Amino acid sequence: MSGLVTFPAWHDRPLDEALYACRELLDDPDYPTVRRWREAGGKVVGHFQVYFPEEIVHAAGALPFKVRGGPVEPAQADSHFGSYLCSIVKSSLELVLSHRIELEMFVTHPICDAARNLAAVWGRNFDYPCQILYLPQNANSAHAAEYLRGEYDRLRRAVEQVTGGHVTDDGLRASLAVFNENRALLRELYALKRATPWLVAAEDAYALMAIGGMIPREEHNALLRTVLPLLRARPAKRQDRIRVAFEGGFCEQPPLDLIRMIGQSCYVVDDDLMIGLRWILDDVAVHGDPLRNLAEAYLEHSSYSPVQHDLRKPKERMLLERLRGADAQAAIVTAAKMCEPGLEEQVAYTRALDKEGVPYFVSEFEENMTSFEHLEVQLETFVENILFE
Amino acid sequence: MADVSDATIVGRGNKDGARLFREWFEGLGAAAAAGRGAAYVFVMGSLAELLRVFDLPIVFPEINSLQTAVRRVAHEYLNEAEDYGYSPDVCGYVKADVATQLRGGDLPMGRIPKPGIAVYTNACNTYIKWAEIWERMYHIPTFTLDIPGTRAAGTQTWPGDSDFANDRRYVEAQLHELIPLLERVSGVGFDVDRLRESMEQANLMSRHWKRVLELNRSRPSVFNALTDGTIYLGVANGFRGLPQGAAYFADLVEEMEYKSAHGIGTITDERYRLIFVGVPCYPIFRRFSEMFTELGGTFVTSTYLRFASGGASRGFEYDTRRPLESLAQGVLISVRDAMDNMFYQTGILLEMVDQFQADGIVYHPIKSCRTVSTGLADSRRALMRQRDVPSLYIESDMMDRRVVSEAQLKNRIDAFFEGLASRERQAAGRQA
Repeated sequence: MSGLVTFPAWHDRPLDEALYACRELLDDPDYPTVRRWREAGGKVVGHFQVYFPEEIVHAAGALPFKVRGGPVEPAQADSHFGSYLCSIVKSSLELVLSHRIELEMFVTHPICDAARNLAAVWGRNFDYPCQILYLPQNANSAHAAEYLRGEYDRLRRAVEQVTGGHVTDDGLRASLAVFNENRALLRELYALKRATPWLVAAEDAYALMAIGGMIPREEHNALLRTVLPLLRARPAKRQDRIRVAFEGGFCEQPPLDLIRMIGQSCYVVDDDLMIGLRWILDDVAVHGDPLRNLAEAYLEHSSYSPVQHDLRKPKERMLLERLRGADAQAAIVTAAKMCEPGLEEQVAYTRALDKEGVPYFVSEFEENMTSFEHLEVQLETFVENILFE
Repeated sequence: MADVSDATIVGRGNKDGARLFREWFEGLGAAAAAGRGAAYVFVMGSLAELLRVFDLPIVFPEINSLQTAVRRVAHEYLNEAEDYGYSPDVCGYVKADVATQLRGGDLPMGRIPKPGIAVYTNACNTYIKWAEIWERMYHIPTFTLDIPGTRAAGTQTWPGDSDFANDRRYVEAQLHELIPLLERVSGVGFDVDRLRESMEQANLMSRHWKRVLELNRSRPSVFNALTDGTIYLGVANGFRGLPQGAAYFADLVEEMEYKSAHGIGTITDERYRLIFVGVPCYPIFRRFSEMFTELGGTFVTSTYLRFASGGASRGFEYDTRRPLESLAQGVLISVRDAMDNMFYQTGILLEMVDQFQADGIVYHPIKSCRTVSTGLADSRRALMRQRDVPSLYIESDMMDRRVVSEAQLKNRIDAFFEGLASRERQAAGRQA
């Protein structure tokens, strides 16, 4: 599949048009990049939020596609679920029931009680393999990395069966290098957000990052390599906006318009949106055992989220570090509706922020929400309170 | 067998269960008064066998929380936790416990000790989030015993398989890491012979528990899986690893065998044998059950009896000659089975229909518990594709009476029974 371009819309376009193409792609419910990949004979492995070792699928020559719900009404999926669930589990199933997305394999994770049910739900409705990747939930066990290495090896075998490809250690090392470059470019993007947020709008930074989950990573790297210098060279000037960190986007994603609305009154200098794409914080070593290196990186060189319990990373402390690291004045503490881990974490976050005297704005969102007026008024009031304090 | 009669044996399990429950809470009250820290655990993988070795009082917050609902005070606890900041969409068990902690451990059944350590599996993700609350409130050690579950329906691995070995080694390594932590918290040294003893008791209990469940295949059924079953579950969890627990279930087997041999059923005139899927509606527990029993419906079995016993229903028995390796294997297989009963229950239910000659299945997803409820609608669709079994799908909650509509439930349940009756008439007509 080398040489295939699934997302040509940004090529040779001025910066603003390239960014527009990214936003359009992100909001396109027909996932044209995945369709083009399949039309060219490629295979697709869908993996649910939050983190997935995409390198294993990449090394098999397949497209790892991040299943993160989407802007669709769950017309068919609704009857497969009960009433009290977050939107993302329904809209994700809708994408495949409605054939907007076709997969060869689906993998979910025990990130929450709803998500871990998805392997069973999908497995009852599709003939292709649907399974749970049991990422370790005791991150503090000295044996966790060894276990995870074995679990990744199991996944490697499953992916080989589905794709018909052989995933060699050398192939994995080559994939690690591609993804290391991607991680480095995303770190650059976030450094830019932190240092000069007026150079990149919140929704543009988000779109640039998030489409990585739906196009081949080589294409994403090429996009970021091109766009980052253009962003830095922009003549935009700093405005009088408060600097905020957005928390609560680790799984279900807020609509692009909500991020845009926040960005109109604040500089979003850091966030946990699609944190799975940025879970591993450094380069993964390419020498030695690649699966072991990937497992070690997941446990030892990684970010945080409400769905990973790690005694070394109390979430409220990590949030405070995020705020300090980004020199944020305030936090926007959100949770997707019905997202139990997110809602539970809000309590800990707000108590810690109270203790530290950091202003915060608490809210809930849903991926399919379309009206933001009420929220906008509340947020503007919050911002004004800080600006005129 | 001792000389028994209806008067001495029938109903003994419920009476003894209530007594044991009182004694358990008296013990917890004494521990609280003495300021002792307890081990807070959950029903799916409590590790009671191991915790007994360290003389730790054992608290099951799920059981405490459901008791507030049964005793109709859950709303007070939920309101208190919501005032503290927890969303109405967070698990009611968690919120009732938060309020219990804010009240210094006060519950309608007595006062429970504060946690000294929390030990829990990942069978429910909310266990992990729940323990984080205690971590923050009390700065106590918490330990996640991570049990890798079944990756896809029908793909369980077993001893001899390299993937099973990878999972088992991980569980065993964690047990080795947990033991020094328990020694530190309890001040009691690890004694492998004491572990063997509690494992023996757990073996006896598992053997009897499995038999009790099997005995309800009798016609008429010998206990109500929803109401009586909840009492048995309380003992199965609270007394696992103890001689009293093993003895209780030995007696219960005796009672159920007696009832089966003598054709003694429950108080219901059994017309329809039903399977219950989900978690009971505790805010109106008795009434909820009556809505079925009044119309001749008896619950002969449930997935609840399987997963809320931590998979003890599988009847796994430890090999005490190699205690830690066997404990790891047993916990892995049993807790995995508990999870299978929540996620991959379609095939399990089809087997139950045959084994228990069931006339229908009642699915009861609840707002509080996504673990149990997320896949039930889809599972029902899959089951209906495979087998012509009448089923009912009703939603409410295990804690929150705000989402329990008794009238609506009754309407749906009545309609379900009308359907069962109509089906019966049609079958009779075809035979005539």
